[in-house]
Amino acid sequence: MWFHSANTVADNVKAAQEAVKKTDTSWILHHVLDAREIDLTPFGIIHLPKLHLLGMDISITKHVVFMWIAASILIFTFYKVSKSYKKSLIPKGVSNLTETLVLFVRDEIAKPNIGKGYEKFLPYLLTVFFFILTCNFLGLIPYGSTATGNISVTATLATISFVFIQAGGMMKNGVFGYLKGLLPHGLPTWLIPIMFVVELLGLFTKPFALAIRLFANMTAGHIVILALLGLIFILHTYIVVPVSIAFALFIFLLEILVALLQAYIFTMLSSLFIGMAYHQEH
Amino acid sequence: MELLSYIFVLAFAGADAVQGGLLDVNPGLILWTVVTFIFLLLVLKKIAWKPILSFLNERENIIKESLEKAETARKEAELLIADNKAAMRKAEDEAQKIIDQSREYAEKLKNQILDESKVTAKKMVEDAAAQIERKNAEAFNKLKDQVAEIAINAAEKILKENLDKPQQLKLVDKYLDEMNKN
Repeated sequence: MWFHSANTVADNVKAAQEAVKKTDTSWILHHVLDAREIDLTPFGIIHLPKLHLLGMDISITKHVVFMWIAASILIFTFYKVSKSYKKSLIPKGVSNLTETLVLFVRDEIAKPNIGKGYEKFLPYLLTVFFFILTCNFLGLIPYGSTATGNISVTATLATISFVFIQAGGMMKNGVFGYLKGLLPHGLPTWLIPIMFVVELLGLFTKPFALAIRLFANMTAGHIVILALLGLIFILHTYIVVPVSIAFALFIFLLEILVALLQAYIFTMLSSLFIGMAYHQEH
Repeated sequence: MELLSYIFVLAFAGADAVQGGLLDVNPGLILWTVVTFIFLLLVLKKIAWKPILSFLNERENIIKESLEKAETARKEAELLIADNKAAMRKAEDEAQKIIDQSREYAEKLKNQILDESKVTAKKMVEDAAAQIERKNAEAFNKLKDQVAEIAINAAEKILKENLDKPQQLKLVDKYLDEMNKN
């Protein structure tokens, strides 16, 4: 009985899907979502290998490839930069650009937000800043894909941030001292269990917000651009072309700003939370 | 019951249709993200962050030291300039003093010479006057002598002629006449 009704429902759903396909907008999501192949039309499609480990699907996907591309770019660039510093302390070429950003992360993000002892977290903050920045920009080039527009990726980055925040707090204050320091001073005894739960939840909402913010910002811009361009095909008219292109270009420029801004915000908030965990007395 | 199964199937069908929704979590991707990020962190820490940050620190120290050095050099230069200026002022003062002194000396010398020459001139004038006086006196004396001689000669003549009374009377008359005429 139950199975039967489920079958009829499934048929209904299939019919609904067929109906939906006529005014299909799933191609927008298709561009934003992860995929098992890299679409290089008209040059062809690269199918990525499927891998399994202990029953888990660990296939290489488009976003994995773009993360690797970002990592390769970073390793190559910074290898060159590091080598150029060995030759002379005066930066030139790419070193000028990276130095500006490195100094920005060090002097504007890490130093004011973490305060004393910021040097320990600098490698992490620099890596996460440049990684997110590169991933964001890779999504803006043709055939590119935004790995940071995937909730799995941002959630993982936020989790790594979470680990660094907690590890920083625990290394400085000790595990017990850190947990005790979560509670505000001068709390009535009966409030302590409640507040402890609240503060503990607060610890988890911070990286959650980090993950959602980065994911939503990187996804939204792409969807808006695609929707604006999609208007041309949905409305079947050339009249909207200039409007669509102009708006899409505007959003694209905005995306460049957002790409920079989100890398900055993720790093800044991470260092802020690290600072809060590290110097609990404040 | 039917509604529940509807939702159930819809979820699966949706997942089937677009191979995962926007908020689907893919464990494989998570694993790869962790692996990639940790690898990137370790590699960049070794090849980039450590050397670059140490280079930046080194350079900052060099700049700081250079600035400090420049500052001390500037201060030294300022001191030197001040010294030079003081020395110059002193030299100027000294020169002025020397000039003043020599001017004063010259003035004194001039006055002295002037005074001396005045004195000399006066002396000369006085000498000349004395000489004139003396010459005058001499001339007067000579004149006196000559006058005396002439008088004596005249007296002698008179005495030679003064032998007879009538003659004497005649003479007296003659003098008297002359006197009356006058």
